[in-house]
Amino acid sequence: MTAATAPVRRRRGASGRGLRRGQTAAGWLFTAPVLVILGVFLLVPVLMAAWVSVSDWTGRGSPFAGGVHFVGAQNYGAVLWSGGLAESDFGISLKNNFWYVVLVVPLQTIVALFLAVMVNRRLLRGRGFFRTAYYFPSVTSSVAITVLWLFLFSASGAVNAVIAWFGAKGPNWFNDPDGIFHFGAQTGPAFLTQPTALGVSLWDWIGGPSVAMTAFVLLAVFTTGGTFMLLFLAALQNLSEDVEEAALVDGASSAQRFFRVTLPQLRPTLFTVITLGLIGTWQVFDQIYTGTRGNPSKTTLTPAYLSYQAAFGSNEWGPAAAIAFVLFAIIIVFTLVQRWVLAERAVSKRRMRWITDYQRSLAERPKGGAR
Amino acid sequence: MSSLPAAGRIDAVVAPEVASAPRAPRGRGRWTPGRVVGQSAVYVILVAIAVIYIFPFLIDIATSFKTEPDAAANPLSLIPQTWTTAAYQQLFLNSDFPIWFKNSAIVTVFVTLGRVFFDSLAGYALARLNFRGRGVVFAVLVAIMAVPNVVLLIPKFLVINQLGIFDSYAGMILPLLVDAAGVFIMKNFFESIPVAVEEQARIDGAGTFRIFWSIVLPMARPALITIIILSFQGSWNELAHFIVSTSDPSLTTLTKGVAQLASGQLSQGTQYPLKLAAGAIMTIPVAVVFFIFQRRIVNQSAGAVKE
Repeated sequence: MTAATAPVRRRRGASGRGLRRGQTAAGWLFTAPVLVILGVFLLVPVLMAAWVSVSDWTGRGSPFAGGVHFVGAQNYGAVLWSGGLAESDFGISLKNNFWYVVLVVPLQTIVALFLAVMVNRRLLRGRGFFRTAYYFPSVTSSVAITVLWLFLFSASGAVNAVIAWFGAKGPNWFNDPDGIFHFGAQTGPAFLTQPTALGVSLWDWIGGPSVAMTAFVLLAVFTTGGTFMLLFLAALQNLSEDVEEAALVDGASSAQRFFRVTLPQLRPTLFTVITLGLIGTWQVFDQIYTGTRGNPSKTTLTPAYLSYQAAFGSNEWGPAAAIAFVLFAIIIVFTLVQRWVLAERAVSKRRMRWITDYQRSLAERPKGGAR
Repeated sequence: MSSLPAAGRIDAVVAPEVASAPRAPRGRGRWTPGRVVGQSAVYVILVAIAVIYIFPFLIDIATSFKTEPDAAANPLSLIPQTWTTAAYQQLFLNSDFPIWFKNSAIVTVFVTLGRVFFDSLAGYALARLNFRGRGVVFAVLVAIMAVPNVVLLIPKFLVINQLGIFDSYAGMILPLLVDAAGVFIMKNFFESIPVAVEEQARIDGAGTFRIFWSIVLPMARPALITIIILSFQGSWNELAHFIVSTSDPSLTTLTKGVAQLASGQLSQGTQYPLKLAAGAIMTIPVAVVFFIFQRRIVNQSAGAVKE
């Protein structure tokens, strides 16, 4: 390379540093559009919102105008410890979204993994068809699919028609505010209804998602299962077949091979899927905006929608920005906890050792002519 | 998981063959009754799930051709009792739907073009150009990618408003014009192609942009197609950004318009055929892109995971 470039430098009369300087200019020039746009529409806005969250701006004029004052943590207090409506609304939205996350993340991960394992089977005809069918809901817009969901889960909709085949009567999904873990009970015992957290009683916290929210849970599993299936599928196709074969040769059952050989090797992908799942599910907005707008009885209110509503609906810009930052913090905390939980499970080290042992023994074993 | 392979019963001798010739049918003699049952069970499950995944979309299309009473009375039937295109006539002749479609198309075209150009430009610089501050640029991009979208809902409005581009195509398009994830995809791709070709061009005296534009970019087709798919899907399906950047009805996009239609702001009654027809039409463009590029969509995620 040096031999090739040397004559050029001499011909151009440019030193090595000059060449490098040209690249510096080009480098900044090439990255400038991206940097400017991301800076103006992502970085600056976040800083502006941080200021709004500690100010008393009401949406009129510029937030930097003279009449806008610094109010400290007042907006954060309004949604976190004021004891007022803003706090209980935020509490309800957290409760709703918490159950949504708790149900959607494990379900969509399991569905995605199950679909990937099924589609990845060796002797499968029509694999492309199945993969396409399962992935298709992922490419459609959340608006279109929510509209469809509203119809399918309406009182006399397709889902209830199917439930009726079994002689049961389905709920009025998107209009049913009852928590699914209340099992129809309207009021709870005093020791559960008395204590409150964020303005929401313990009874409501443990009540689980409302029936309406459950329909959104099913929607999320339906649409994201395919996306994450692709991630698992890609990981499965990258796995070494030797280990699987070795386990097969040693007479491991299919369940043993899946849980003790395949699954431990999928850990990085599992990690990615759960992280993306957590980040995505804490931000649910489109479906709520399109479908229920927080109804019935605020049981589908989510922090993201509440933040939007507070700002654009009631001009409560300070508290709305505060909600957004609290949500940001929640997402970070959940992601960190998840990292820690998945990393701490050292059990799989034993399994990994078992796998490497296999690989080693395989390397020592003379290979058949099959390959 | 009990439905998982009956293959566990294959004896050790054939196992390596299974891996080396995945699709090759093995001797018929090996199809024991147990394996036939197991294999059939797998297909039954796969088909049942496929029905669950496809049927809702068939219901969507069928219902859009039904009358309103028919839609309410026969929610599961795929054949309308009386075929009617009333929903589509209402949408195209008697509503703002064509305007919504036009706005979505305009935004999608500009955003896709912008991302293809700017993402690859920045990706190339990060992959190939050895400039001071590259590490900083890279770190900033990573940090930006970590900020969740929902946190930006209010902030974006603040800036768009401050810049005076609220209720304009500029406010709808500019903030979406580049994306950090696309820059990474392009950067990773450029790093995977050999540098020798560019050096040859450099020796011949080509400038950096010239090398990028006429030599490197044409080689980057697979990655560019990935960017096109992601940008198209992303901007066509985007909702939140258009909610906070516009209020003018003449700038409403499909997502925003149909969402408002769905929540009943613009209509009376359930109007399910109308809403489902709107949903079906707005799905067509992404479905077309999906079916054209579906093989590549699968491969693209394969590349993403390896990193």
